[in-house]
Amino acid sequence: MSKQSSEKTDHVGRLGYSYRRNLHERFIESVLFLSAFLSVIIMLAIIAMLVKESVIFFQHVSIWEFLTDTQWTPLFNDAHYGILPLVTGTLVSSMVALLVALPLGTIIAIYLSEFAPFAVREVAKPFLELLGGIPTVVYGYFALLFVTPLLQLIFPQLPGFNLLSAGLVMGIMIIPYVSSMTEDAMRAVPMHLREGSYAMGATRFQTAVRVVAPAAFSGIAAAYILGISRAVGETMVVAIAAGMQPNLTWNPMEPAATITAYIVQVSLGDLPHGSIGYQTIFAAGLTLLLMTLVFNIIGHIMRKRYREIY
Amino acid sequence: MQDIAESNRYKAEVKNLSFFYGTFNALKHIDMVLHDKKITALIGPSGCGKSTFLRCFNRMHDLYPGNRYEGNIMLYPDNVNILSPKVDPIEVRMRISMVFQKPNPFPKSIYENVAYGLRVRGIRQRAILDEKVENALRNAALWDEVKDRLSDLAFNLSGGQQQRLCIARALATDPEILLFDEPTSALDPIATASIEELIADLKDKVTILIVTHNMQQAARVSDYTAYMYLGELIEFDETDTIFIKPQHKQTEDYITGRFG
Repeated sequence: MSKQSSEKTDHVGRLGYSYRRNLHERFIESVLFLSAFLSVIIMLAIIAMLVKESVIFFQHVSIWEFLTDTQWTPLFNDAHYGILPLVTGTLVSSMVALLVALPLGTIIAIYLSEFAPFAVREVAKPFLELLGGIPTVVYGYFALLFVTPLLQLIFPQLPGFNLLSAGLVMGIMIIPYVSSMTEDAMRAVPMHLREGSYAMGATRFQTAVRVVAPAAFSGIAAAYILGISRAVGETMVVAIAAGMQPNLTWNPMEPAATITAYIVQVSLGDLPHGSIGYQTIFAAGLTLLLMTLVFNIIGHIMRKRYREIY
Repeated sequence: MQDIAESNRYKAEVKNLSFFYGTFNALKHIDMVLHDKKITALIGPSGCGKSTFLRCFNRMHDLYPGNRYEGNIMLYPDNVNILSPKVDPIEVRMRISMVFQKPNPFPKSIYENVAYGLRVRGIRQRAILDEKVENALRNAALWDEVKDRLSDLAFNLSGGQQQRLCIARALATDPEILLFDEPTSALDPIATASIEELIADLKDKVTILIVTHNMQQAARVSDYTAYMYLGELIEFDETDTIFIKPQHKQTEDYITGRFG
């Protein structure tokens, strides 16, 4: 490179960078970055808080005891710290909720996306979304005061507090999340794929189930994972309608406490800050976080594996 | 008697067909025939209604509200008007298959793509499916390329292979008429050549109606050509006649590239 030619190329005249424009762009970029980063920071702060407080708890109670003891009685004189009763309570109520929400949500989505005339969809969608906007405490009392008495007509021995009623109502509550996301995923499937199926002589239902649903699989999986996370993390309904007694059972007809219900119970109680009883809520919270994390990771893997290709 | 003898050579006959998208009159009083086991090409400038016309043959317009047919498309030898409201469009599509502009394989394996039409018809026996899938893939000149990876996802094929897969899918159910809606417009010249060759080979087995933007393509593959303009059929004749001495000035202008 000779000196002469570098001199020539260095001269940019009015084509050079504008200092003001650069500064402006940098500023905008940092604001956008900080906003995006905020959620990450909050997430990390929550994890840090949970881990730090849980460490205090696990200095008193071994992880082994925490995971294997079959009783959860931190507030009794004879204290036991086994998380299993809370985990089963969470899983059973979630299972009942998902048995309601996933099939119904999927059926509603298939109907709205593939069958419903325009007018029906325009009316049904806002109503469904309204279902998701009702405060959860209302659902809780709906379960306790309406659904449980109704269920007791069928099962007279059903106790006033039970996982079944809470789970059913929770399922109804989650339906709009599942159906709305599933419908969006199905409607995003391009028309030419549907036409290809119809042109082969397929019916609407065959097209919906054999072509549209598989094509929308990754979106549907994401909807299911969101539904599962909502069920596992739901607090109010189970706190009100399932009773707050930790109970190691797989039977939905029994009362039990979930992790979230327990956390509410203790947070609102008058346990002294710093006592072991108080620290338990952080260990329970960490368990809950890990559970939802596992579901989200599964969802992420499924989305990657079956990503949408049209 | 004359009529019956005549219709033996026809696979379908379009009589005074008009079509409306809502209030828009997209096809106006079209009369035409499809000769049995021949290739008929539809040409004309964009928006002239050739795809709309093609999609009347498998009642695709029934999928969307507000569409209306007038007139008849008689299917022979049944002598049934397939546009009649009493005719189930699904039954029509069982006998008249279609290949689209853009390859549209389903999110399934190569095998299941071809077997789709058979499965939709309730065929489950593995032996029958295997045989029909292999035949269809052979007829679509794809068998040798995919026989070792039938369980691969169809999306892993190249564009030209995907289009041949869609042809195999359409052939697997032994249709009587095969509709092609600009089947090569999304493909490169080499893939286009192979599809054209394939279409020419298929005419022994099935009656073909093909929409094309490409006049050379119409000239190369078809036996009969229809020129359409603004929803009207301007001229319909043997391809050689249309391209060598068209009756209408307008057809000639379009074909020679003075207009279009």
